[in-house]
Amino acid sequence: MSSETFDPKLVGFLCTWCSYTGADLAGTARMTYAPNMRIIRVMCSGRVDPQFVLKAFKEGADGVLISGCHPGDCHYQEGNYNALRRHRLLTKMLEQLGIEKERFRLEWVSAAEGAKFQKVCDEFTEEIRQLGPLNWNGGANEHREA
Amino acid sequence: MEARMSTEKPKVAFYWCSSCGGCEESIIDLAEDILKVVEAVDIVFWPVALDFKKKDVEAMKDGSIAVGFINGAIRLSEQQEMVELLRKKCQLIVAHGSCSHLGGIPGLGNFWNKETIFNRAYHTTPSTDNPDGVVPQEVTVLEDGKELTLPRFYDTVYTLDQVIDVDYYLPGCAPPRDLIMNAILAILEGKLPPKGSVLSPNKSLCDDCDRNDSKPEKMVMTEIKRPWEILIDPEKCFLAQGIICMGPATRTGCGERCIIGNMPCRGCFGPTDQVYDQGAKFLSSLASILDTDDEKEIEKLVDTIVDPAGTFYRFSLPSSILRRRRMEAIK
Repeated sequence: MSSETFDPKLVGFLCTWCSYTGADLAGTARMTYAPNMRIIRVMCSGRVDPQFVLKAFKEGADGVLISGCHPGDCHYQEGNYNALRRHRLLTKMLEQLGIEKERFRLEWVSAAEGAKFQKVCDEFTEEIRQLGPLNWNGGANEHREA
Repeated sequence: MEARMSTEKPKVAFYWCSSCGGCEESIIDLAEDILKVVEAVDIVFWPVALDFKKKDVEAMKDGSIAVGFINGAIRLSEQQEMVELLRKKCQLIVAHGSCSHLGGIPGLGNFWNKETIFNRAYHTTPSTDNPDGVVPQEVTVLEDGKELTLPRFYDTVYTLDQVIDVDYYLPGCAPPRDLIMNAILAILEGKLPPKGSVLSPNKSLCDDCDRNDSKPEKMVMTEIKRPWEILIDPEKCFLAQGIICMGPATRTGCGERCIIGNMPCRGCFGPTDQVYDQGAKFLSSLASILDTDDEKEIEKLVDTIVDPAGTFYRFSLPSSILRRRRMEAIK
């Protein structure tokens, strides 16, 4: 698939207090941006279990975004620091499993940053378009072909 | 005839696939208890100890074996063929040990594929002496036209339940004797838990760990140490000493064999029922206790965690959500 025709599937876990509201602002302000992000609203970026990220890749996501409040602004004091620590460690583990670090992104987007959300979506979509599809299959059917 | 039927003992089969033999040893380790087992059942198939052949199993009626204990992961077509045969002949299948339950140590092969594994094993290890570069072939035709065949070696290692339907799981590398005896007695007495159960308590190792009381009120890790780098305090929680211990994400029931030996838990019992992916769940808990909020400091600390995927999925890579390294990423 060439990079012109490939339309990446992206999953975004957005915290309800900052990033989801920021995405909502981008919408109400009628900003146009790449439509590739499937948004899942969570209470806090610290709620995003690494299992959710793995499942998203398994189910066909080409890229996964976690987005939360800026450091120091978390509604629950330090949930976003947990997200930051998990993101860095999970990125390292995903690379060992052959999933490039570009496919798993963490961004801070406040409720006022509709324009930043627009930029993140556009950039992330373009970056994954260049990288190509993930094509995860986990070697799932090899033993059935025998 | 009828009288004989009524006294006929239930039939049991044991089989091994991709494993080290430790699970076979765990049956022998039942010691004098094995006499109780032999008294109560007929062992009809056990390649490691008894001389029955595949054709003997094929000749048995479907469903005529009460229970088959299968250890080892599935890596070869031959193993798949044998477990599919045993599934037909056995009323119950028990995945015996970490490898058949989760993929186990052979499951770490899922960081590679057939080509890279063969290249390493038959060409590049320092001990390889193979001047002609001979590699096992699935089919070899001899001069007289006869064909010799070898099983197919898969790119991916599978857990037993990814290949056949499994009724129960006996966790552990290898499963401890009390869990094996409990399982056998439960089967003989018909007191079995719901299908699909792991035959070990559904709580984490930390719940049972003797060192639990030594845990500080707020658990944090300021640095990561590997077991050989420090003198390990035999009373204190490993995580509190900076050593990665899989206890929080691992099911209990092992008798804390490693902890008693002053070594951290490596996760051979797999996760509890509430968790899909042991490695991801452990990663989550470990990241939460890294003692810094600063981005650069976090990255430095993460850098000191050597081989996170191999450590967190040491026994469970094939059963994890992603199952293996992406084939496209293997050079």
